[in-house]
Amino acid sequence: MLAFTLRRAIQAIGVMIAVGIISFSMFRFAGDPVNQMVGMDTSGAERAAIRKSLGLDDPVIVQFGRYIGNAAQFKFGVSYQFRLPVANLLMERMPATLELAICATIFAMVSGILMGVYSALRRDSWLSHLFQAVSLIGISLPTFLIGILMIYLFSVTLGWLPSFGRGDVVHIGWWTTGLLTLSGLKALIMPSITLGLFQMTLIMRLVRAEMLEVMRTDYIRFARARGLTTRAIHFGHALRNTMVPVITVAGLQFGSVIAFAIITETVFQWPGMGLLFVQAVQNVDIPIMAAYLMMVSLIFVTINLVVDILYTIVDPRLRSTVSRAH
Amino acid sequence: MTEPILSVRNLQVEFASRRGTLRAIDGVSFDIAKGEVLGVVGESGAGKSVTGLSVIGLIDPPGRISGGEIRLAGLRIDNLPPEELRRVRGKRIGMIFQDPLTSLNPLYKVGDQIVETIRTHLNLSEQAARRRAIELLAEVGIPAPDKRIDGYPHEFSGGMRQRVVIALAICAEPELIIADEPTTALDVSVQAQIISLIKRLGRDHGTAVMLVTHDMGVIAETSDRVAVMYAGRVAEIGPVQDVVRNPLHPYARGLMGAIPTLAGEDKRLVQIPGSMPRLSAIPRGCSFNPRCERAFDRCRVDRPEPLPRGAQSVACHLYDDLPAESAA
Repeated sequence: MLAFTLRRAIQAIGVMIAVGIISFSMFRFAGDPVNQMVGMDTSGAERAAIRKSLGLDDPVIVQFGRYIGNAAQFKFGVSYQFRLPVANLLMERMPATLELAICATIFAMVSGILMGVYSALRRDSWLSHLFQAVSLIGISLPTFLIGILMIYLFSVTLGWLPSFGRGDVVHIGWWTTGLLTLSGLKALIMPSITLGLFQMTLIMRLVRAEMLEVMRTDYIRFARARGLTTRAIHFGHALRNTMVPVITVAGLQFGSVIAFAIITETVFQWPGMGLLFVQAVQNVDIPIMAAYLMMVSLIFVTINLVVDILYTIVDPRLRSTVSRAH
Repeated sequence: MTEPILSVRNLQVEFASRRGTLRAIDGVSFDIAKGEVLGVVGESGAGKSVTGLSVIGLIDPPGRISGGEIRLAGLRIDNLPPEELRRVRGKRIGMIFQDPLTSLNPLYKVGDQIVETIRTHLNLSEQAARRRAIELLAEVGIPAPDKRIDGYPHEFSGGMRQRVVIALAICAEPELIIADEPTTALDVSVQAQIISLIKRLGRDHGTAVMLVTHDMGVIAETSDRVAVMYAGRVAEIGPVQDVVRNPLHPYARGLMGAIPTLAGEDKRLVQIPGSMPRLSAIPRGCSFNPRCERAFDRCRVDRPEPLPRGAQSVACHLYDDLPAESAA
C-alpha cells in the first residue's frame, strides 16, 4: 500500500516536471522579457546588464533548473502588471476559487447522485423523465449562457441574489472565506450552480447507468433472495458498487471544475485565480500565466493521486491486487 | 399425511413479450415435505429455475405469476404484498444460486453480509449475530471461520464461496431451501462436497430442499423425490428410485437412458431426437409429441394431465387406460 502510494507520487512528480518545461518555455516563446521590462530609450549596455543580473545569459538548462527550483518553493517571479510576487497574487485569490470549486462539486455530487439514483430506481416516473430532460440542458448549454440567464432572472428581474463578486469575506489566517457571512453565501449560490451544472448532469447520468447495471447483477438478486430490505439493497449494496466510477469521474472533474472556473469567474466577476488568469492573458503577464498553469496542474495531479488511493478504500479487490503487484 | 412445507398447485408463469404472452410455466404442481429433498430436472429452458424463482417471489417483470397457488406451510405466499414477501425470503425460504463467484457483493466482507442477513431476520445484537455467523461458517465447513469471517469474497475459492452462499441461505433457519443449480459452476470434486453439505444440512435441520439441476447424477445421489420437467410442465414426479429405475414418461425414459453407467457394457447412450420447443411454438396436445417415439393420435390433440401411477405421477396418454395401481 505504501509502495503503491510512493510509486504514484513519483509518477506525479514526473508529470509536474513535464508541466514545468511547458510553463518555462512560455517565457522563451512570448518575446524577450527584458524588452517587456525596460523603456524604449534603454541602451544596449543597460539591457545586457539587466539580462546578466536576471541570469538570462546562463544556458537554458541552468535557467530551467533555477525555474523549477524556485517553483518548488512557490516562487514564480513578479507579475508584470501588478509588480507583486505572483505567488502572493495566486495565494490571495486561491481561496475564492477553491471555495467556489468545492461548493460546485458538492452541489454536483449531492444532486447528481440523488437524481441518478432516483431516475434509476423509478425509471418510468415523470420526475425521472424531467431529470433526463434537465440533464440534457445541462450538458448542451454553455456555462456562460446559464450564468448570464441566472443573473438576468435572479439578480436583474427578481433581485434576490447579487450578480457579481464574493460578498463579505472573513479572514482566517491567509485564507478568506465567504461561507461565514450571509452575503458571502448568497453570492456563492449562482456561481456554484453555474459551475457545477455540467458535472451534475454527468454524475447523474453516470450514476443512473451504473445503478441500472448493478441492479441486474447476481449479488443484488441474491441480496433480494436473502430478504434484505429494499433500502439496504439500494443504498447499501447497489449504490456502493456504483461509487467506484463515480469517484473517478467526480475526482477528475474537480480539476476541470477549477479550470472551467475561468469562465464562471469572468461571468460573475468572482475574484479568483481564473479571473486573475484572464486579466493576465489580456495583459500578456507571462509569470502569472506560467504560475497558473503550474498550480492547476499541481491540483490535477494531486487529485489523481487522491482518487487512486480512494479506490482502494472503496474496493477491497484493488487492495489485494495492489499489495500483490508491488 | 402432515401438511407439506411447500405446496405448489397449478402454477402458471407468463412473460409478456413483444410477440405476445409466453407461458414459461403451465400448470405445475408438486409438494415438498419437511426434511425432504425434491430434485427438479429437465433441459435448459424447461422452466426449472423459473419455478424456483416463483416460489421465492423473485420473478422479475415482464414475468409474472398468472395463475395457481404457492403455499408455504399452509400460508399462501404467491400473492403476498412485497414487504411481507420480503420477510419470508431469507427467513423462511433460503436460496442458493448457480454462480458463487457473482452471488456475493464484492465490496463487503463475507461476515458483514452474513451479519446483515441475520440481523434483518432475527432480533440479535451485532455481537450475537457475529458469533452466529462464525458458527454458520464452521457448520458449512469453512476452516478457521473466526479469521475467514473478515475476508472479502474475492479471497475465497469458488467452492468456499458457495459454502458462504449456503451459510447465507440457512442463516435464519429457513423451512425450505431452493438450490438453483448449486454445483453447475463448480469443479467436479467440489460438487460432491457441496451436494453432501446441502444434504446434511437438510437432514440436520429438517429443512425441505428444492434442488434444481440438469445433472441426473446429483439428483440420484441427493434427492428423495424427483420431478422431471419438460416445456414448462411436470412430465413425471415420484420417488427417486422409482423414477430412475422405472421411468414411465417417454421423456423421462429418454433422460434416464442418457445416464452412463460404470458397470454397464460398452453400448451407445440413448439420445432423444430433436430439441425442446421454444415457448412461442409449443405444439398442440402433449408438448413432447413431436419427439416421442410412442406418440399416437390423441397425443397430438389432447394435453395429458398428471395422473397418479403407484407412487409416481405421470402426464402421458400411454397410461390413460391402465388402472392407477398397475403401472408399466
